[in-house]
Amino acid sequence: MAVAQLDQKQLSLVKETERRSEWLQAWRRFRSNKLAVAGLIFIVLICLMAIFAPLLAPFDPTEIIAKRGAPATSEHPLGFDDIGRDLLSRVIYGARPALIVGLVSTFVSVVIGVLVGAAAGYFGGWVDAVLSRLIDTLMAFPLLALLLLLASVLGPSLWTTVIVIGATTWARFARVVRADVLSLKQTDFITASRAVGVRNGRIIWRHIVPNILGPVIVLASLGVGGIIILEAALSFLGLGLQRPTPSWGLILADGRAWLRQHPHIATYPGIMIFLTVLAFNLFGDGVRDALDPRQRAD
Amino acid sequence: MLNYIISRLLQGALVIFLISLATFVIMRMLPGDPVMLLLGEGEIQITQEQIDAIRAKWGLDRPYYEQYLVWAGNMLRGDFGDSLIRRGVPVRDMIFEAMPVTGRLNVMAFALALLISLPAGIVAGVKRNSPFDYATTIGSTIGVALPNFWFGLMGIIVFALMLRWVPPFGLKTWQGYVLPVVVLASEQMAVFTRVMRGATIETLSQDYVRTATAKGLSRQVVILRHAVRNALLPVVTVIGFRIAFLFSGTIVIEQIFALPGLGRLFVDSLYRLDYQVVQSLVVLLAALVVFINLLTDLAYAFVDPRIRIER
Repeated sequence: MAVAQLDQKQLSLVKETERRSEWLQAWRRFRSNKLAVAGLIFIVLICLMAIFAPLLAPFDPTEIIAKRGAPATSEHPLGFDDIGRDLLSRVIYGARPALIVGLVSTFVSVVIGVLVGAAAGYFGGWVDAVLSRLIDTLMAFPLLALLLLLASVLGPSLWTTVIVIGATTWARFARVVRADVLSLKQTDFITASRAVGVRNGRIIWRHIVPNILGPVIVLASLGVGGIIILEAALSFLGLGLQRPTPSWGLILADGRAWLRQHPHIATYPGIMIFLTVLAFNLFGDGVRDALDPRQRAD
Repeated sequence: MLNYIISRLLQGALVIFLISLATFVIMRMLPGDPVMLLLGEGEIQITQEQIDAIRAKWGLDRPYYEQYLVWAGNMLRGDFGDSLIRRGVPVRDMIFEAMPVTGRLNVMAFALALLISLPAGIVAGVKRNSPFDYATTIGSTIGVALPNFWFGLMGIIVFALMLRWVPPFGLKTWQGYVLPVVVLASEQMAVFTRVMRGATIETLSQDYVRTATAKGLSRQVVILRHAVRNALLPVVTVIGFRIAFLFSGTIVIEQIFALPGLGRLFVDSLYRLDYQVVQSLVVLLAALVVFINLLTDLAYAFVDPRIRIER
């Protein structure tokens, strides 16, 4: 009986190890990092705030209710902005463009970067030469200058911002992916797939991409924060989102003219940008440590 | 080594060519007509012939490839053309006027960042998990997430408007440099500290460091002579790489503190569709980035022979 029980126990242990896939193990490692989990929780909260902004915001973010920069009251805990709109409502709605740009631009950037990097690394030769020079060129451009230029060509708007940021920040991803693909190409299982006649597209999609997913996810999650700052900077400089859309960068720009009289206008949106970027960065650090324990920073 | 230098030089030249081409194309796609903008959009009565004459004078009537070749040829000779908006003022003069401000700001910020971040990163890496290490990590985590434009505005509110230690705008006195330099430096500092700390930890775990320790060398000698010198290599790469980001920070900071530097010149010219200034600036800055990256690469190859053999 005792022997049989032991077997049962061992069997369940074996089963559990089986179930502990690589992703599950990564999740366990991630979960043990308190700061990363805190970051994730904050990100979820901000996302909920963005989605349910119409329910959460006490007032219409574009409605003028009071006089310029009026101080906080119990109904308006953050006070009013430079033309008398409820600042709390504007800050709540401001999460929307920040997250849309942060997440969608990162996605666009990652997709372009993976495609270019995988093509350069996999095909080598002149394809690599051309794509690598393209990557070099993009990396040498002063980023914010290029963004401002492109935004004024396309006409500033939310989707312009998403596209220009996505289209200009992929070089880093491409570089990392290219290097990874180059080393993957030397592995036996890729040689084997080629030997049995698998098409290039299929090898890239089924064998290369899944293997570089880890580093790409790490780069992507570490990249969101920087992109949120870029969106805010573009809007702050007048070539991102346009008034009267509530965007954190725009509220900052509005508050800039009234630093002396009404410093609160510029203060709150900046706190939100800072906390959101911090949350994404902590989350990204956690993802990196979870997916690639060798690369741990500490 | 010579082959390596030549191939890197050719790559750099190609990148600068591509950047000038891309900038030129983007500038032609900009909405709005600089001639019309200059004439105040119909406020001044002017005949079509006069408009054509202005276009012919600036070469705006010629085919695009010709315009590009003329412009690129002039750029190579150091002639950046005249501003379209500030009539008759050479772009070179405008750039030379603004350059010292941006140069001073960035050199000071860079020096400040290195002066603080390198020792901090080394000490944090050596004394891992000490209170100092935690403090540095927290500091650099905050520094990376802090948007520099907001940090600048908060600096103005607290140190210029409330405490009145420094002026809120402009560079009339040396105090005017304090806030912009600190804000510019904070971001670099955070990045460099992280890299320096990581590199220190990495090299300290290497076999040759253990050998040096086993040999009986003092901890100080091992750290300074053996570990730190090698740990500086990846840091140099990151520093070279960060040069490209410098201008992004400058654009925002000069806007916030109303400083008459290159960043402000760029934004103002862009708003006014001053083609000549914008495209000259972008190409010049890109060339600077390529040049500095080249220097760091060469320095790297010079210090670390493995890189020369690899390529």
